[in-house]
Amino acid sequence: MSIKPATLFDKVWDSHVVRKIEDGPDVLFIDRHFIHEVTSPVAFLGMESRGLKVMFPEKTFATADHNTPTINQHLPVADPLSANQLKALETNTGKYGISHWGLGNPKNGIVHVVGPENGITLPGMTIVCGDSHTSTHGAFGAIAFGIGTSEVEMVLSSQCIMQPKPKKMRISVNGKLGKGILPKDVVLYIISQLTAAGATGYFVEFAGEAFENMSMEGRMTVCNMSIEMGARGGMIAPDETTFNYIKGREKAPKGEAWDKALAYWKTLKTDEGATFDKEYVFNASDIEPMITYGTNPGMGIGITKSIPTAEAAGGSKSSYEKSLQYMGFHEAEPMLGKKVDYVFIGSCTNGRIEDFRAFASIVKGRKKADHVTAWIVPGSHIVEQQIREEGILDILTEAGFQLRQPGCSACLAMNDDKVPAGKYAVSTSNRNFEGRQGPGSRTLLASPLVAAAAAVTGVVTDPRELIA
Amino acid sequence: MAYDQFTILRSTAVPMPIENVDTDQIIPARFLKATERKGFGDNLFRDWRYESDNTPKKDFVLNNPIYSGKILVGGKNFGSGSSREHAAWAIYDYGFRCVVSSFFADIFKNNSLNVGILPVTVSPEFLDKIFTAIEADPKTELVVDLPAQTITIAATGESESFDINSYKKHNLMNGYDDIDYLQAMKEEIKQFAEKSIY
Repeated sequence: MSIKPATLFDKVWDSHVVRKIEDGPDVLFIDRHFIHEVTSPVAFLGMESRGLKVMFPEKTFATADHNTPTINQHLPVADPLSANQLKALETNTGKYGISHWGLGNPKNGIVHVVGPENGITLPGMTIVCGDSHTSTHGAFGAIAFGIGTSEVEMVLSSQCIMQPKPKKMRISVNGKLGKGILPKDVVLYIISQLTAAGATGYFVEFAGEAFENMSMEGRMTVCNMSIEMGARGGMIAPDETTFNYIKGREKAPKGEAWDKALAYWKTLKTDEGATFDKEYVFNASDIEPMITYGTNPGMGIGITKSIPTAEAAGGSKSSYEKSLQYMGFHEAEPMLGKKVDYVFIGSCTNGRIEDFRAFASIVKGRKKADHVTAWIVPGSHIVEQQIREEGILDILTEAGFQLRQPGCSACLAMNDDKVPAGKYAVSTSNRNFEGRQGPGSRTLLASPLVAAAAAVTGVVTDPRELIA
Repeated sequence: MAYDQFTILRSTAVPMPIENVDTDQIIPARFLKATERKGFGDNLFRDWRYESDNTPKKDFVLNNPIYSGKILVGGKNFGSGSSREHAAWAIYDYGFRCVVSSFFADIFKNNSLNVGILPVTVSPEFLDKIFTAIEADPKTELVVDLPAQTITIAATGESESFDINSYKKHNLMNGYDDIDYLQAMKEEIKQFAEKSIY
């Protein structure tokens, strides 16, 4: 009997369909559910008003991240609204017996950082969270995507959500990446080629040598930004790199359970002959350090290039002009040399130890530019600990930087880490939307190396010029 | 949360011919701090609608009294970005029941359907016709007929059909939601869970 070749995505999705509704969505079983303080309170309220209970509390994990301060976390949270949300998360998780790593807990951190680093995220799982960057967990060969609060309520009360099965896209990047080119550059390059809506309606598999050679942290950075090309999520087939990363982590399977899981995980790859609805192939050698110049993540260019004209950029001319006007930029201007006021390294995109190592590699022996305000925000307490243990903190301190405490911070500026109106921030986060980092803020998305180069020179700088 | 049933909606519309309207514009993150679902309409499009001192920006469409209605018409790739359902809540709370665009971001579309807003995807050509008609006459009415799955410019009779799966259509027409459906199949879910290796 021959079995029809299947994609990685099909294998994971199909094994989680509880029921197929004719001319409707699939009822999809969810293995792991992450919740945080911002998108969960109304879900708990909804459940209570219907008299429902949490069906599998052991499959949901809570952390506080979106709304938390990044200094003085030992003090009471000053903003009463933020404090109220944190309290609601604590109360709700306590009431239903859900694991909760709140502010001050040594396991606390950004939801998409702590899930993988504690072995909660595993290959072949379905994973959801009320946050669009849940796509991060796809790096492990999981189907992971963001959901709304109504869906959070569904997962809490029934461990399922209802989703139409997306179409399938494969994006291959062949060849080796050049010096100073990080996973962030790879994904910003892909988004610039596909546009911010180029993968809407699709679930993406990233394949090819560039991803095979990437660390798990790099793969997380790439999958994290799948949503920025419109895709519901992105995934990468698990391999030895994946298994080595997971093995021994706190909540990863052990002993016999590990062997059994591993045997299954090794089957999680796209079969030869399996087909995709759409395919893109890129060459790693075409990618240079990237930077965005506009107000969506698709508006990115190689750092040595000039801002495209409206004509070359395509799409609506008035929307393009509105975007450049917001940024205070003009068509055909170079990006190199533009003044930078703020630098932010952190977020679920680039808040892991490799990101801080990269940042430190350029900062080492240099000084922070006087006019630059820098926010250095680890993705979790575990990352913060690594930064201290590896001597990175000493390098940062020597160069005039301060380390803050973990959280989402200036990525979405729900807390006090806000970029003032009109100021320019080179940010390792994921979105450059108008006002994303504070009302009127202007964001240039880039890699940790580009962020470091901007932090020490005070202007947009090609990091390759500073690499020894 | 229950929402109003949706059958046929005849209304004037608010035009917003901007591409890539993201959910950070629809409701900025600093307004996501509530623990209850109320009052989000006040902050709909907050930073496009108000100056930093809270005075209304005169050139923004929601502040222009000649435009009103229960239908919001947006440019391509409406609702991209964050998964915040607060964006759909804000649109609903403000009084819109239907959003029309040539292209919607996936999560926003799901969230809208879950809170009782009908997202209607039309062709780029028909979207242009709607914008042109509203520009010529702000009192232009659109008729969104969910049972027939059509959207019509009332004055000219120009019409286009739109897609929606029959499950979601049934839900919207009756005010049902997915939570009701899932609660009814809990035994089946329980059995499924027993086979899970995770």
